Amino acid sequence: MKRTDFEDRVEAELDNGLKVLIKPIPTAPIISHWVWYRVGSRDEAPGKTGLSHWVEHMQFKGTPNYSAEEMEREVARKGGFWNAFTFFDWTTYYATLPSAEIDGLMHFEADRMRNTAYPPDEVESEREVILSELEGSENDPTFRLSRKVQEALIKIHPYHHEVIGTREDLRSLSYHDLLEHYHHYYRPSNAVLTIAGDLNPNEMLDKVADLYANIPDNKEPHLPITRTFPLDPPNQGEQVFEIDGPGDTVFVEISYPTLPAAHPDTYALIIFDSLLSGPTNMNMFGGGSVSNKTSRLFKALIDSGLAMGAGGGSPITIDPYLYTFNLTLRPEQSISAAIQALDEQIERLQTETVPEDQIARAIKQAKAIFAYGTENITNQAFWLGHAEMFSNYTWFQSYINNLEKVTPQDLIRIARQCFIKQHRAVGIYHPNGEHAEESW
Amino acid sequence: MVTHSLPGSEDITRVELPNGIVVLARENFFSQSVAVQGFIRSGSLYDPPEKLGLSGLTASLMMRGTQNRGFDQLFEAQESVGARLAINSGTHLTSLSGYCLAEDLLGQLGLLAEMLREPLFDPIEMEKLRKQFLTGLDLRANDTGAIAELNFDALIYGSHPYARPDEGYPETIKSITREDVLEHHRTIFGPEGMALCVVGAVKSNQAVEWINQTFGDWKNPDQRKEIQISDAIPPEKPQRKHVTLPGKIQTDLIMGVMAMKRDDPDYIPAQLANSILGEFGMMGRIGMEVREKSGLAYYAASGLGASIAQGTWDFNARVNPENLEKTIALINQVIRDFLKEGVQQEDLRDNQDAFIGRLPLGLESNRGVAKAVLDLERKKRGFDYYYNFADMVRAITPERVTEVARKYLTTPNHVISSCGPRLKKKGK
Repeated sequence: MKRTDFEDRVEAELDNGLKVLIKPIPTAPIISHWVWYRVGSRDEAPGKTGLSHWVEHMQFKGTPNYSAEEMEREVARKGGFWNAFTFFDWTTYYATLPSAEIDGLMHFEADRMRNTAYPPDEVESEREVILSELEGSENDPTFRLSRKVQEALIKIHPYHHEVIGTREDLRSLSYHDLLEHYHHYYRPSNAVLTIAGDLNPNEMLDKVADLYANIPDNKEPHLPITRTFPLDPPNQGEQVFEIDGPGDTVFVEISYPTLPAAHPDTYALIIFDSLLSGPTNMNMFGGGSVSNKTSRLFKALIDSGLAMGAGGGSPITIDPYLYTFNLTLRPEQSISAAIQALDEQIERLQTETVPEDQIARAIKQAKAIFAYGTENITNQAFWLGHAEMFSNYTWFQSYINNLEKVTPQDLIRIARQCFIKQHRAVGIYHPNGEHAEESW
Repeated sequence: MVTHSLPGSEDITRVELPNGIVVLARENFFSQSVAVQGFIRSGSLYDPPEKLGLSGLTASLMMRGTQNRGFDQLFEAQESVGARLAINSGTHLTSLSGYCLAEDLLGQLGLLAEMLREPLFDPIEMEKLRKQFLTGLDLRANDTGAIAELNFDALIYGSHPYARPDEGYPETIKSITREDVLEHHRTIFGPEGMALCVVGAVKSNQAVEWINQTFGDWKNPDQRKEIQISDAIPPEKPQRKHVTLPGKIQTDLIMGVMAMKRDDPDYIPAQLANSILGEFGMMGRIGMEVREKSGLAYYAASGLGASIAQGTWDFNARVNPENLEKTIALINQVIRDFLKEGVQQEDLRDNQDAFIGRLPLGLESNRGVAKAVLDLERKKRGFDYYYNFADMVRAITPERVTEVARKYLTTPNHVISSCGPRLKKKGK
């Protein structure tokens, strides 16, 4: 095992390749425990979409050593909360428990890295659950709109499809597909374990080693994991899509291809986002967000009466994804006037130098959001692992320092580089005026 | 190794200012931030029925300009330092909340005081806000879950005020005038019945001093007395309603019965019964049967609400419309089996442990602690409540939980509300 001690944490790598980050935080008698796997919807071939998310669901079905019910009870009766997320780039399983009660969770979390049972009948019932989850999302018009825009701008890279997968694939994926996906990606060298809270790092590392050191990374002959995908060339002309549905509200979504999170210009993009759309809260748990009433977008679109809602942002991704603006309009408001006002604000940032005090203001906002996030132990354990998924933990630690280095020239450069009209897609949801009616 | 403990009489400072405002404070210097939570005695309960939403509109307008600062200045003063203040109306109370870096606390308290005491109620801002509210109501009218809930409340509460949505209806929002807002503020808002709690990197005596400095001289001799809400009467017969929303794919279902008040001795036993039925682990027994074993829904759970008047005990799911009747039957079967078998000691122990264990988890952040402390004040539970919580929960027996569950859930007069695509045939 390789071990490095930092001022605030211990990092280690077990001989089987499992990376471990442990951070003591003595503010509350709890521990938050996360296991991250470098697998997500980006690792799914056409025709096999939705596999990673489905495997995530199956991870709650138990192992030969721990039944699903035992796992549930172990966390629930200790008062803990646990869940999992599947994203484009990663899948993570987290739990936060009273610090004296963490051992049981650690045992089955280690066990399900390799030993999850895949009872065929449960695979089938979970297919229905996931289809139901997809249908639930489709109830929301903005989900359908986002899907259209995403599919239009990303055709080659696997970010093309939604994490949950397509209905067709969810109907055709087999038991064998799931098992193969699980065994290929769920192994120590493809995982990162992060633990934060009321703990002694030495004792915790010993526990981790006891539980994980004997899990072989090469139980079966493994194919190497390849995560490099061809990127989409930019659109050579703006694409516009329109869909309709019930209601009285117009939704507009405008997306531009953007930068990968680890790109050095990401910090400039964060300041750009703060000035234009309002500061983004990147904390997953706790941490307060700051409103956007003084942002340029709010003033140009909402204050002026052109739209009812306006915002923008981009998720943190390994490969280039999308920066998306979302506008909400009433039917009597002009869609073209709203888009024009948005375009004018982007153009201002492409041509006018942003005063230094506005950049300083955006940095102060980011510092405050950062401080709110540090109140929360679950959020700190999240960042220990999340940063590792696209960069490493120093990205998080140097975040404020790097924001402070952004110059007005950087802002103009990234505004010109990332917000090119010909490269974007515009999706519009038109309400068709159909309303609820009482049936009985 | 932890120096932190549950908030209680040992570390909560409580001071009542001469004008009636209760100030609560608890120190935490592990982060540079501070959270503020509070409440003031205004809510939809004070709205005339034809002006429902008045309290909400008034609260939101307070955040859009004061006598000294316009909309831009008000938000500039918050956003430029990464702070956030909010005033949100509920049924009985309007909540006050905020967070900022400790160095900015006095300034943010001053802003909050300006909003509450000297709002501008600018007519232009009012019209902008009215449009936003109406858009929100349009979105509600297109949301299957919101419509199912709206109808559930209307059916179960009948003529009781809890039948009404706090945010009102399009016609009531349209009817509100600026004079209504001014009158609401003049007669409802005041220091009597108000509380503010500060938790974070500030000394408690400093927090009290700053609140006294910003709110201590507020008086309102015209402030209306607290409304005493009547008991809610359960429906006299079973009720069912389905609303069709074209273009939707799934159906939201809410079914349930009237429950108890929050100070009823039945409340904690009922919470334990509810946890076993539809919360514990992956949504309790309901989740196990409806989602895990039958694959009928992505979620199926239960919830128990209780307020000053009676709340509801409801069971909800989002399902494919073809599975609606099957899901209703399955939920009913789970409830029937639960009531017939009674609560087992092991099940109860697991759920008691869960209630006790999760208490510190809600207290991870300053905001969580501030909410918890304020809750003690609002519900008049005393500051030793969290210290005694474990003993109180452990004292409840399986027989008591069974008795309470049977008392509320055996009624035939339950309500079923659903909203989604058109159904092929009417359910029973």
